[in-house]
Amino acid sequence: MDTTTTETKKMGKKEDAGKAGHPAAAAPAAARKAGEMLSGSETVLEILLAEGVKTVFGYPGGAIMPVYDALYNYQDKINHILVRHEQGSIHAAQGYARASGKVGVVFATSGPGATNLVTGLADAMIDSTPLVCITGQVYAHLLGTDAFQETDVINITTPVTKWNYQVTDPVEIPTVLAKAFYIARSGRPGPVLVDITKNAQIQTAEYPGYQKCTHIRSYRPKPIVREEYLEEAAKLINAAQKPFVLFGQGVILGKAENEFRHFIEKGGLPAAWTILGLSALPTDHPLNVGMLGMHGNYGPNVLTNECDVLIAVGMRFDDRVTGRLDKYAKQAKIIHLDIDPSEIDKNVKTTVPVWGDCKETLPILTRLIEKKTHPEWLETFHQYAREEMELCINPEIHPTSKILTMGEVIDQLNTLTEGKAILVTDVGQHQMVTCRYAKFTQSKSNITSGGLGTMGFGMPAAMGAKLGAGDRTVISISGDGGFQMTLQELGTIMQCQIGLKMIILNNQFLGMVRQWQELFHDKRYSFTDIQSPDYVTLAKAYQIPGKRISERSELKGALKEMLDTKGAYLLEIMVGKENNVFPMVPQGCSVAEIRLK
Amino acid sequence: MSKQEFTLTVYTENQIGLLNRIAIIFSRRKININSLNTSPSEVPGIHRFNIVIDEVEEVVKKLARQIEKQVDVLKAYYNTNDEIVWQEMALYKMPTDAVTEKVKVERLLHEFGARAIAIRKDYIVFETTGHREETDKLISFLEPFGLIEFVRSARVAIIKDSQGFHSKVKEFERREPGEEVIENEFLDKQEEVFSM
Repeated sequence: MDTTTTETKKMGKKEDAGKAGHPAAAAPAAARKAGEMLSGSETVLEILLAEGVKTVFGYPGGAIMPVYDALYNYQDKINHILVRHEQGSIHAAQGYARASGKVGVVFATSGPGATNLVTGLADAMIDSTPLVCITGQVYAHLLGTDAFQETDVINITTPVTKWNYQVTDPVEIPTVLAKAFYIARSGRPGPVLVDITKNAQIQTAEYPGYQKCTHIRSYRPKPIVREEYLEEAAKLINAAQKPFVLFGQGVILGKAENEFRHFIEKGGLPAAWTILGLSALPTDHPLNVGMLGMHGNYGPNVLTNECDVLIAVGMRFDDRVTGRLDKYAKQAKIIHLDIDPSEIDKNVKTTVPVWGDCKETLPILTRLIEKKTHPEWLETFHQYAREEMELCINPEIHPTSKILTMGEVIDQLNTLTEGKAILVTDVGQHQMVTCRYAKFTQSKSNITSGGLGTMGFGMPAAMGAKLGAGDRTVISISGDGGFQMTLQELGTIMQCQIGLKMIILNNQFLGMVRQWQELFHDKRYSFTDIQSPDYVTLAKAYQIPGKRISERSELKGALKEMLDTKGAYLLEIMVGKENNVFPMVPQGCSVAEIRLK
Repeated sequence: MSKQEFTLTVYTENQIGLLNRIAIIFSRRKININSLNTSPSEVPGIHRFNIVIDEVEEVVKKLARQIEKQVDVLKAYYNTNDEIVWQEMALYKMPTDAVTEKVKVERLLHEFGARAIAIRKDYIVFETTGHREETDKLISFLEPFGLIEFVRSARVAIIKDSQGFHSKVKEFERREPGEEVIENEFLDKQEEVFSM
């Protein structure tokens, strides 16, 4: 957001008159000491450094200019990624956070800059992604005057933030930012927004030094673990003939992948994942029975309604997972492990609630359960898997038609990456296909917009993931609809030289909506027929090499070329126009009513 | 399960914007708030909300958990009317002539427990506290005599069953004093500040 205002004179109090307008020739950044007089902006950057922030995604503008001015001296310490739209910055920060496990940081200006963050905040809120967004705000004395680029950002973002706060005085900055990082990353993580008025960025105050926030009196990030409930849970698991584990992102957020594996291995417990839980357990683990939910695997959905004990770990029984609630696992005793007490009994009534961080509760549960195997029960899953293989999977990854399918692309990609790449998906058919067919060997490898289903999430999030994932290969997989929602970020990839591999699975339709129109609306394809630009030429305009293919014979070579190319690459793959994703639990149906075609 | 009246009691930090954060938990689910009282508790720095809604218990339980989940909320309780003692205060402004000539003031004072808190040449203000039905009854009694203005406060409620939160809250504040609220001190200084 540009500004048409110019800064001529600054506010009175605490303002160093000689420093009006922030001299460009300020001292180079060295860690500032407590007791120094710093501007609010410098304090912001000092706190970011103290919090270990190395990468910030942002876009300058009038009300955040003092922070950007201070950033000029911190360029060697903080890598600022200039995006092309604020939505891109927040999705990138989400991707960064999900790939690295750290807090993603965003700078945006007031008004439109801040409102452009709202979709990303809602996405991060529902998918529990830790973010700290710092937005500029008009001068404190202008609040409520409909000043240029003034919006009530605090109230707009209240429902989509875990916490937010408006700073009008530089004295508040150190404690508020330390608190922001603590809240964002602790307990059930989430997005935090700190809105700083321009005067507070400019005015100076004595820097008290960085003090890490480790406690807020009204905030209980983790419930106290109560062993009596774990004992109850263990009793149920030990007595179970057909136990079934569902796991979600809680396992990844709690960094409890090993604890989780030990738990299911000791109990011989078949485990299925939600799309945010994907990659917490290697795909080829013998107890990994597949994906839950609307487009999940056959066995896990049907057998949800046959198991006798259902153990949910770090997942929230989303309606896309449960289908019709009054017909969901009614026969089963339900154990629910969650760090967020408000999730217990929210959608599914639990028999035994286990409040707490699964990093702490899972080892206790593992200790309390008996070492067991359930070969017959596990075999039931395999039987369903064979049926699904024959009716859904084989036709998708070994199609008889000449036309490429999304599934075979992902299958081929698995072979080439050996399951080591990070796959970032957008939203729609390609997302479901990727989650269904991708193979992963390590955690934090699948990044997707789960709860909010934000089209346009994929490519910018992959950009952030690439920056947060060190040397790992990051591949964004988008549809032709979603890619067009945020393709301006190609400019960011170009300028910041982000070595991101982009695949567009182009079916020339808004595929998922078209699938529903076909199945539930008599094939009335109302506005799902979408045109694309020439993506390869578009990429070229951004100095990104690319290719378009539509033949099976080209697939492997093209994917290999993409992976072998140094730096960014865009590969457009033309796939079948009217392919559907199956299996499918139609909306309003029970998970047992899953359709294979 | 049928809907009934529930009173939520919420202890919070004194934070700007928290009222909105709590209110939208209801409006998001299209639940009407019948009565809302928020005021400082007996302990400086800690505020107490009383929120009255008509809902089924299952929903109220979830609402209480969502409220308690907010970073700046210390604790949220919910109770049925049987579990609390509550009062609402009401003020009635009446024309002095009508009251002195027609209303049996004695009846007013005794039967409704009302008292006159302001007596002027042209009007008298009566005050009474009680449950909704009681204050409503007085409205219908006064209306024929020319009620000029009426106002009712939100419900304030005390939980019968509690061990008393006073000592707990007091101890809490003693161990971990709350942060001071920093308000926008520049808002009225437009004249003194030149910014653009």
